[in-house]
Amino acid sequence: MSDDPPKAPGLLATVLAPVKSTFEEVGMLGDLAFRSIVWGIRPPYRVPLLVAQMEFVGVQSIFLVGLVGLFTGMVFAVQTVYGFRRFGAENMVGGVVALTLSREMAPVLTAIMVSARAGSGMAAELGNMRSSEQIDALETMAVNPVQYLVVPRMIAGVVMVPVLALIFFLVGIGGAWAVGVWGLSLDPGIFADRIKTMLKPSDITQGLIKALVFGFAVTLIACRHGYFASGGAVGVGQATTKAVVWGVVGVFVLDYIITSMLTEI
Amino acid sequence: MLDAADAHVVVEGLVKIYGDRTILHGVDMIIGRAETLVVIGGSGAGKSTLVRHLIALERPTRGRIVIDGTDIASLNDVQLAKARRRFGMVFQKYALFDSMTVFDNVAFPLREQTKLSERDIREKAMTKLKELGVDHAATLTPAQISGGMAKRVGIARALVMEPELLIYDEPTSGLDPVTSRTVDSLIEEMRERFGVTSVVITHDMVSAFDIADRIAMLIKGRVVAQGSPAEVLAVDNADVQNFVRSSGVDVTRFEHRGTRKTAAELALRARERKSGRVE
Repeated sequence: MSDDPPKAPGLLATVLAPVKSTFEEVGMLGDLAFRSIVWGIRPPYRVPLLVAQMEFVGVQSIFLVGLVGLFTGMVFAVQTVYGFRRFGAENMVGGVVALTLSREMAPVLTAIMVSARAGSGMAAELGNMRSSEQIDALETMAVNPVQYLVVPRMIAGVVMVPVLALIFFLVGIGGAWAVGVWGLSLDPGIFADRIKTMLKPSDITQGLIKALVFGFAVTLIACRHGYFASGGAVGVGQATTKAVVWGVVGVFVLDYIITSMLTEI
Repeated sequence: MLDAADAHVVVEGLVKIYGDRTILHGVDMIIGRAETLVVIGGSGAGKSTLVRHLIALERPTRGRIVIDGTDIASLNDVQLAKARRRFGMVFQKYALFDSMTVFDNVAFPLREQTKLSERDIREKAMTKLKELGVDHAATLTPAQISGGMAKRVGIARALVMEPELLIYDEPTSGLDPVTSRTVDSLIEEMRERFGVTSVVITHDMVSAFDIADRIAMLIKGRVVAQGSPAEVLAVDNADVQNFVRSSGVDVTRFEHRGTRKTAAELALRARERKSGRVE
């Protein structure tokens, strides 16, 4: 170890520290994303690992995402009927709910649920593997850890978040229909017709593109925090928290960027 | 003295700096083929950092690690993966994969790096588990076995590929004395049967004097003594002498495996040779 005492950082270094750490963070995410793409293309393709991750990210999230989708649709139906009734536009409820769910609520809330459930799990698992030297062990056995651990998780996120968002959307529409038609006496025919006339294929496409990007982002952020975790149990705990917090923040930031790019007003 | 040209591993001026902390201050080391080098030193001396460089888990800030004539820091990912097939490492914290059974852990490198049939893999992995006395735990997961057993499974996994260079990071820590000596015998057996070059990090001085062809003592990132066990004991350095005294090994009684002489006798002869009194 160095015998020199550590120097106190200067004022400029202190002021610039957050900027430096932000650039470092973006750099690490970019580096991990690039390595994942490069190692994802290269054989061997580990199908069993991919299937296991798709089951973890997707299948195990279906109930949770469906439940949140159901209640989101139901609440949205109540709120829009309440608001639209003020100027006699309850007939628009079906279309408005479908538009909101497909373009915003389904991809955003699904990604948040996946970040909270699967992202935290990924960060904790990879963080534990890092601190117990399992990632080093993979490297010494000539197995690239990014290819073995990160790539299947990223692909699972990119594939399964859009699927889950679609399930969220369909269940949400079902919930809205149930509350609107059975609870608030809306006409079922008009409800369905407004969905048909107001909802364009591009609305669904935009929702799916968002879900795909969010799936990539939340798994990338979760893997980054877990893969580079340090500091034992405390470090793994912090990595898990950061994975969820920054995953959710990332979803909202990306949501604005994608919406601005894909929406013609 | 070993010649760098005949060496299996050469470490030249290795410096490692993390942020503003210098962990290794220009370490020079030569490890001969089929030799067992034991690296000893106190906690925080940089032992683990040193061995992590040998297997390219860390990149040097300065200096070179040359294995079989190739500077491993200069290799790209694919070349490094190929080179690593000749290395094995026994980790301090076992590093067994939690999601797999004991058997699958040992079979893992065979499945990843060879084209052997599943039957041959089973046979090799089970043989290795049996040699280490943990074959009865083959179907259990790492969470279901004791620390000592996990250590033995980690060793079985490192040995199953029969590597040319094996690195042991504290292989006997956490093991009872009987199992520790079994592990020492195993390290020795790997050298004798397969000509494996071994680098062993340990705090266990009994183990160090038992298995070492040569010892390197690392203190605060610097090699303060390097040579045969006797030569290291003869080094006139307060840190070295203090470390040996504190280890509790009675050098007047402890017998070296090869010469059957006590460590103190060997140290005396080494001192005499150095001062020119004995040819």
